[in-house]
Amino acid sequence: MKKLLLATTATLFAGAAFAAGHGTEAKVGVILGFTGPLESITPMMGDGAELALKEANDSGKFLDGVMLSPVRGDSTCIDAAAATAAAERLVTTDGVVAIMGADCSGVTGAVLSNVAVPNGVPMISPSATSPALSTAEDNGLFFRTAPSDARQGQVLAEILTEKEITEVAVTYTNNDYGKGLADSFQAAFEEAGGTVTLSAPHEDGKADYSAEIGALASAGGEALAVFGYTDQGGKGMIQASIDTGAFDTYIMGDGMYGDQLLADLGADMEGSFGTVPWSEGEGTDMFNKLATDSGLNPDSSYTRESYDAAALIALAMMAGGEATSKAVAENVLNVANAPGEQILPGELGKAFEILANGGEIDYVGATGVELIGPGEAAGSYRHFTVKDGKYETVEFK
Amino acid sequence: MDFLNALVTLANFVLIPGIAYGSQLALGALGVTLVYGILRFSNFAHGDTMAFGTMSVILFTWLFQSWGLSLGPLPTALLAIPFGIVATAALMLGTDRVVYRFYRAQKAKPIIFVMVSIGVMFIYNGITRFILGADEQRFDDGERFIIRARDFKEMTGLDEGLTLKTTQGLTVVTAVIVVAALFWFLNNTRTGKSMRAFSDNEDLALLSGISPEHVVRVTWLIVAALVVVAGTLYGLDKTYKPFTYFQLLLPIFASAIVGGLGSPLGAIAGGFVVAFSEVGITYAWKKVLGYALPDSLAPDGLVQLLATDYKFAVSFMILVVVLLFKPTGLFRGKSV
Repeated sequence: MKKLLLATTATLFAGAAFAAGHGTEAKVGVILGFTGPLESITPMMGDGAELALKEANDSGKFLDGVMLSPVRGDSTCIDAAAATAAAERLVTTDGVVAIMGADCSGVTGAVLSNVAVPNGVPMISPSATSPALSTAEDNGLFFRTAPSDARQGQVLAEILTEKEITEVAVTYTNNDYGKGLADSFQAAFEEAGGTVTLSAPHEDGKADYSAEIGALASAGGEALAVFGYTDQGGKGMIQASIDTGAFDTYIMGDGMYGDQLLADLGADMEGSFGTVPWSEGEGTDMFNKLATDSGLNPDSSYTRESYDAAALIALAMMAGGEATSKAVAENVLNVANAPGEQILPGELGKAFEILANGGEIDYVGATGVELIGPGEAAGSYRHFTVKDGKYETVEFK
Repeated sequence: MDFLNALVTLANFVLIPGIAYGSQLALGALGVTLVYGILRFSNFAHGDTMAFGTMSVILFTWLFQSWGLSLGPLPTALLAIPFGIVATAALMLGTDRVVYRFYRAQKAKPIIFVMVSIGVMFIYNGITRFILGADEQRFDDGERFIIRARDFKEMTGLDEGLTLKTTQGLTVVTAVIVVAALFWFLNNTRTGKSMRAFSDNEDLALLSGISPEHVVRVTWLIVAALVVVAGTLYGLDKTYKPFTYFQLLLPIFASAIVGGLGSPLGAIAGGFVVAFSEVGITYAWKKVLGYALPDSLAPDGLVQLLATDYKFAVSFMILVVVLLFKPTGLFRGKSV
């Protein structure tokens, strides 16, 4: 007992001394939709982010021993009021200096304008892809490791131009994601000289899409671009089109990428193609190994982006020399982009050392991070085509 | 040739889907109208009863499929329908015994019955989700198409294709058989006549010795059969998802009211009116007109009266217009 007491006091003293010397702890908010439509992938995303923070702590080289501790908040993905409240609590009560999140585009915009900007807290979202966020009023506080869908629209338009398809009909799921992607695609495609005969939304969760397909078929086009979800209206639209023989070729956005789609629709999808954000290379391999070693599933959607977002927060703090919001906001772009020594997942310790010695780094991370424009990932996309009932990679763009 | 192309396009995108959808709505509306005519309330649990019935058919279909039973080119679900009807009838008779009979004994007002049926709706809702979940299920098998667009084009040499799905053909044939059987039953059997008498004038019917409980029981049985057939055909032709069945409530009620609540013939007419309005008003007529009219008159725009997003608004519009101008419906049902 005496020993225990002694030990406890000693630890307390040590802790106190530590605190006096280094300011001990910096909190980082992890705001993701732990409940709601994305609840199946957010636990892995949260773990991915916390993996990076843990790595920073374990390296022992982070800002003379400041410990980064994650605080989770629930964005719900769809309820802007709930997400704002959660973020508000994290910022004012827990005192987080930076936010890794949020996940869905709608709530991310809400948290940004209601909490992050008024409090001057920077945010790095791993998964918000709406083009509208590129132009959001952010005072330089918003970054994302996921590419904007504006980019995907351009990539798709490029592919169509290469394939010499000049006339398509477009259908999109009636929400921020679908509308954003459809608009950016249409703009890029028309600029490249193509024609969109009709851009019509569809509602998810309906049983019958024959009326929608009828209108699109009447408008005509060489192919039908579907920007929806693979298990929702997007699939329904393709099914209805196959049933009526309206279109033979489908152009698919990232939401349509899924094995179930091919299993259900089979041979009729032959020759259709699309894009999906994809990363490959040394960084991805490193992360896969790192994640697998920690019992994480690296293939789950946006886990890599989450790791990168959290790693960028830590690196920006190190580059700024202090664990503050200001340091993060000012240094994210510096550490993410060239010039500097390339940093892969698992090399955060090395990066801290370089930064401590006044050097520069270029964080590559799990997804080949390159922040462009207002601080969003350039993103690389996999152009796939359906061949023999399987997705086949054509190229990376 | 152009005229044929116009006709084929019209058939492919408007006529065939409209007829199939109309038949499904008509079967659903018949159930609503029977309950309204005899039990005298609007049964809001109808959509979810359909979901439950279809679920039982799906479960039996899977069982048969695991036994290796099949109907060749026809979907196995047809075999499972009778079993689905038995399960659904048991559920409905049970509900009547436990819930509705209590309120009948109290001579509750129709609006109370409607509220009760909403409660029943939520319970059915829960049962279906508890057993099968809320996700989409596929249970169709056999040959998917009678005519495929590509084959049709090759066969006829026309520019436009025509598809006819097995399920669409099946829907129409089954609907005709079921409706014929129902009308024969209502007009030619003792029970059917007593049902009509009960519907026309309850007091007179009671005086002439018709047992109300018997009539009610038979009504539920018939409604169970209609609901399961309608639900299964809809699920085969489109997709099965409990939530979409709940949403079907609106077009089904619109059909029943347009035709005249309580009038079986009206329910059928109403089903087709609603289906064709939904498909026709939201259809872009550009292609059809482009073929049918001379080149100088061919339209540049889409010639679409209403964007497809407003598809469900069409049922609402019809509902409002009919209630305003002809509250008893096309076939003189009871006013709401």
